[in-house]
Amino acid sequence: MAVRFGVFAPMFGALVLAVGLAGCAKQPSELVVYSARNEQLIKPIFDRYAAESGQKIRFVTDDAGPLIERLNAEGANSQADILMTVDAGELWHAADLGLMQPVSSEVLNANIPESLRDPQGRWFGFSIRARTIVYSTERVKPEELSDYAALAGERWKGKLCLRTSKKVYNQSLVAMLIAEYGEPKTEEIVRGWVANLATEPFSNDTLLMEAIAAGQCDVGLVNTYYYGRLLRDKPDLPVKLFWADQAGQGVHINISGAGVTAHAPRSEEAKKFLEWLSQPEAQAFFAGQNLEYPASPSIEPDPIVKAWGDFKRSPMNVAQAGELQATAVKLMDRVGYR
Amino acid sequence: MWLELENVVRRFGERSAVNGLSMRLAKGSIGCLLGPSGCGKTTALRCIAGFEAVDAGVIRAHGRVLASQDFHSPPESRQIGMVFQDYALFPHLTVLDNVAFGLHRLERSKRRRRAEEILDTVGLAEHRSHYPHQLSGGQQQRVALARALAPEPQIVLLDEPFSSLDVELRERLSLEVRSVLKALDTTALLVTHDQQEAFAVADVVGVMKDGRLEQWDTPYQLYHRPETRFVADFIGQGVFIPGEVVAAGSVRTELGVVRANGNGKWQSGRPVDLLLRPDDVIHDDASTLRAEVCQRAFRGAEFLYTLKLASGVQLLSLVPSHHDHAVGEHIGIRIEPDHVVAFPRD
Amino acid sequence: MSAAVVQPETRRAWRDPLSVALAVVLCLPALVPLLVIAHASLSPEAEVWAHLSRYVLPEVTVNTIKLLIGVALLSGIVGTALAWLTSICEFPGRRFFDWALLLPLAIPTYVLAFVAVGFLDFAGPLQTWLRAWTGTSAWVPKIRSTGGVIVVLALALYPYVYLLARTAFLTQGRRALEAAQTLGYGRAAATWKVALPMARPWIAAGIALVCMETLADFGAVSVFNYNTFTTAIYRAWFGMFSVSAALELAGVLLLFVIAAFAFERSSRAGARFASGRDVTRAATRLQLGPVGRWGAFAGAALVLALAFVLPLLQLLIWSAKNVSDIDSRYWGFIARSLILAGSAAVVIVLAGLALAYIERRRSSTSMRLLVRLATLGYAIPGTVLAVGIAVPLVLLNNQLQGWLRAWMGESAPVLLLQGTLLAVLIAYLARFLTVGFNPIESGLQRVTRSIDEAAASLGVVGTELIRKVHVPLLRTSLATAATLVFVDVMKEMPITLITRPPGWDTLAVRVWEMTSEGEWERAALPAVAIVLVGLIPAALLTRRGAHVA
Repeated sequence: MAVRFGVFAPMFGALVLAVGLAGCAKQPSELVVYSARNEQLIKPIFDRYAAESGQKIRFVTDDAGPLIERLNAEGANSQADILMTVDAGELWHAADLGLMQPVSSEVLNANIPESLRDPQGRWFGFSIRARTIVYSTERVKPEELSDYAALAGERWKGKLCLRTSKKVYNQSLVAMLIAEYGEPKTEEIVRGWVANLATEPFSNDTLLMEAIAAGQCDVGLVNTYYYGRLLRDKPDLPVKLFWADQAGQGVHINISGAGVTAHAPRSEEAKKFLEWLSQPEAQAFFAGQNLEYPASPSIEPDPIVKAWGDFKRSPMNVAQAGELQATAVKLMDRVGYR
Repeated sequence: MWLELENVVRRFGERSAVNGLSMRLAKGSIGCLLGPSGCGKTTALRCIAGFEAVDAGVIRAHGRVLASQDFHSPPESRQIGMVFQDYALFPHLTVLDNVAFGLHRLERSKRRRRAEEILDTVGLAEHRSHYPHQLSGGQQQRVALARALAPEPQIVLLDEPFSSLDVELRERLSLEVRSVLKALDTTALLVTHDQQEAFAVADVVGVMKDGRLEQWDTPYQLYHRPETRFVADFIGQGVFIPGEVVAAGSVRTELGVVRANGNGKWQSGRPVDLLLRPDDVIHDDASTLRAEVCQRAFRGAEFLYTLKLASGVQLLSLVPSHHDHAVGEHIGIRIEPDHVVAFPRD
Repeated sequence: MSAAVVQPETRRAWRDPLSVALAVVLCLPALVPLLVIAHASLSPEAEVWAHLSRYVLPEVTVNTIKLLIGVALLSGIVGTALAWLTSICEFPGRRFFDWALLLPLAIPTYVLAFVAVGFLDFAGPLQTWLRAWTGTSAWVPKIRSTGGVIVVLALALYPYVYLLARTAFLTQGRRALEAAQTLGYGRAAATWKVALPMARPWIAAGIALVCMETLADFGAVSVFNYNTFTTAIYRAWFGMFSVSAALELAGVLLLFVIAAFAFERSSRAGARFASGRDVTRAATRLQLGPVGRWGAFAGAALVLALAFVLPLLQLLIWSAKNVSDIDSRYWGFIARSLILAGSAAVVIVLAGLALAYIERRRSSTSMRLLVRLATLGYAIPGTVLAVGIAVPLVLLNNQLQGWLRAWMGESAPVLLLQGTLLAVLIAYLARFLTVGFNPIESGLQRVTRSIDEAAASLGVVGTELIRKVHVPLLRTSLATAATLVFVDVMKEMPITLITRPPGWDTLAVRVWEMTSEGEWERAALPAVAIVLVGLIPAALLTRRGAHVA
């Protein structure tokens, strides 16, 4: 056996050394971002920042949940400086776990509206995404639509398509509904939605809209930028956006945002990046990449997005999406919304 | 005739593994196909069993045609049992279940009894609940035999049944297998490359070479009256010494004139090779003919001496072992063949 | 012969603690998550658990059982039947199908899932075309249903059963058939009564692998929005923010895993008694009648088309639309996938080899239990596994760092395990140890003690013995193990996502980037790359006459 060690040990050792060193090779000056926002959307921003300021940025992408767990497990040795997500609830959760550090910055406070950032400065929203109703132009008249709750009505029996309740966007939507209407009424609404489903919930918004176009259902709920993307590929799509709940609170909005991690090795540089990102041109670029709305209301969105029209946005603080997320998920389980 | 092959041919591509094989086996007798590896004996067996088709010729058994150029009855309908070289016992079944496997045509109630009966015959009754891997090689072979015999097949084929056993076991089992087969009056055909096995088990043995039979005869005849040079070479031991035919079928050799018994086929003066078996060369102190001992092999009751004549010709001689001569000694010999076996030299 | 030169007992004694320690270290990555899960299961969070057991568990349990049974049956039947046809029978195209039927191994389950749904759903090309031509497509079965998930998973996973059943039939099948035929059974009856029962241990092992893959799968069931234990774990963890609830669900999942594993082990018991000797006399292949021959061809062709050809075609079509996505970074993605898969193959095969030897030399029940437990890592969902390892890894990292700092001062590197490729490899080891270990264990079992003793009598022991005698004998097993691990790691997604150091994007990560945003057509390009790279090893598995069982 000792002889066998003579064979295995050096091989193991060499391999371990080589591979480990490959990982250890790091440039300490690079910022590290853990991002739930996809690579094709963040790389252009990081490249632009690097071109303007000389600061290089490396990143890891994954769903927010696993990223947060990774941050949590890594603890004080974590190399991450910034956590970036595509949903407010996720940021709230990260802050709740103590993984984000408060940032006091006048620039950030000035550029980002209060309802879109953490009161303690642990995270900031940089772009807005609206989740609203889409409908078939062939079979539905806009006059028939009103708000989210109305989709539970008789008119839409067998004609509603929804995305899966597993996606955080729907969880946040339901959470905001709970904040607005209270739990019992929201349960009624979602139960109504489930009863009206034309088919099993889809795993993404794009499939949903294609189903509407193909005639499988007539109405659905999507994030506006998916609509924009699909329209780019298929300009003749017989599907249109309807701004929900204009008579009431307004369209449900969520943020794509970021914050500095609790153990960031380069917190000053991280803060500088966030401040840069909150500037109008950067925000416009950030949001425009994905056909989203800039967080600051004074900045014009991309022309394509602008063409969809203005709409009333719900003024609620997006942090509530996180506070009520667990409740929302349990509610969806109870009513059988898969 | 219980089993009959008539000019059977089986080809694999260009090569004919079986090339015009003809033989007949009577009911209740045990035959054997003997030959070196590659002579086609296993292929012939598989043709009889039905695992290989027949390209020409006919195979008949117990009255019906089993296979011909245009006809091939499947193995499961031939009622021919087979003992494979590696036994092919079913590892997931007990010994009893293995033996009873072929008894599906019997009523359920009779199956167990028949299986136990046959297990008893081969002497393995107390192992009925064991699994094949728990048995020794010899025991597994007996189970394979029992399994093949249980359904009372018309013919049993055995493919090198003893090749994976050791020597003493082989001898003992050969006799046991023969007595079992005879007790059940089974017609059987054995295939082997081992002469001792063939002689111990079979009534009739066929020597095969290149896909055909050189001779199909009793072991005694094969040994003492081989019909071709190959058979003479293959069976038993012996040497050929050159000689010349003189009048009335006698052959003159360096060791003297050997009188033939009625073998007057050849003309005078024809050069031939005479077969001399070790038991034909007798040690005789009184003889004027001397030969030098080159090698010796002690065999218990006898010595097998390799002797060299003055002319350089080598002989084998079987001598009672109390005549202990050293290598290099010269001893007197004379030849006394019971049968003159000679082949034309060319 | 038994008095040959053999290691004296005294020398062996002090080596033992070392080998035990090595075995424990190798099994640790897989055991730690198990311990974490077991520990968390013992302290339930009452409120969340009450909600889960009332609203989530019933549906999820039923779904998981349905999925398991459906996939096990379908892949078992398809895999066994195809293995039978290609090992025992002769039919047109047999030589081609013999190795081609393994190609679906190169396609990840999640890719097959999104191709199937994208193509066959209501708004997909097939139904759209049907509606345009015939007015209705209502007769097309719903792909996003229980049946759909089962069929897709079975098509993706049948190669495991196929590979193992094929080994069984090749080494025993034909001889068993002939023996049964001489006892009066026709071919069909002989197959049923003899060949299949004898192959049962191998088939069971294949089905157990399929079950474990099914239990751990997250990507495919997400595409179908089908609720299983794995999706429920994710929901509790990231939706309800309850780690303990997630781990408890993982604990219940483990019960299923242990059941699948126990089933496999009990069927395996029969394999020890199988003859396993290669059939030296080439028994000829079974010639099927005309209906049988073309039926076999049609069946094999259908399976290959559904599981491989058509999906690949669809992927290529989608890729062609998005060719502009290919830039210089793609070389990087491919290189990184290859590096990870290659180094994982090396590490895991070495670990499997070491474990197999330790088990062979010192096979006590506790050792065997240890090794078996370590193989359970295969059935744990990737994310759970990775996080389960992360915390101990961090602790270990801190310890090592502390020592290094004491030795080297402040210039000591901060990251030694955590956040490096080592962490990724250790996570892979936890998950895929069984894939590397099983073929090697089987191969080593064929190297009998008498071979070792013969070598010892000729003065060859120790590393020389391994080098000159064992490795050549184990060559096919080692190749099979390395190939299977390589292909599996190429396809792996959740662990790679969560453990990779910044900048280490592989092809699987690219697929995730696209599919997580619903851009399935753009995901086709990296998916095709994964399939094409995995094709070569997949085809090699049969070409080398691999024996896996």
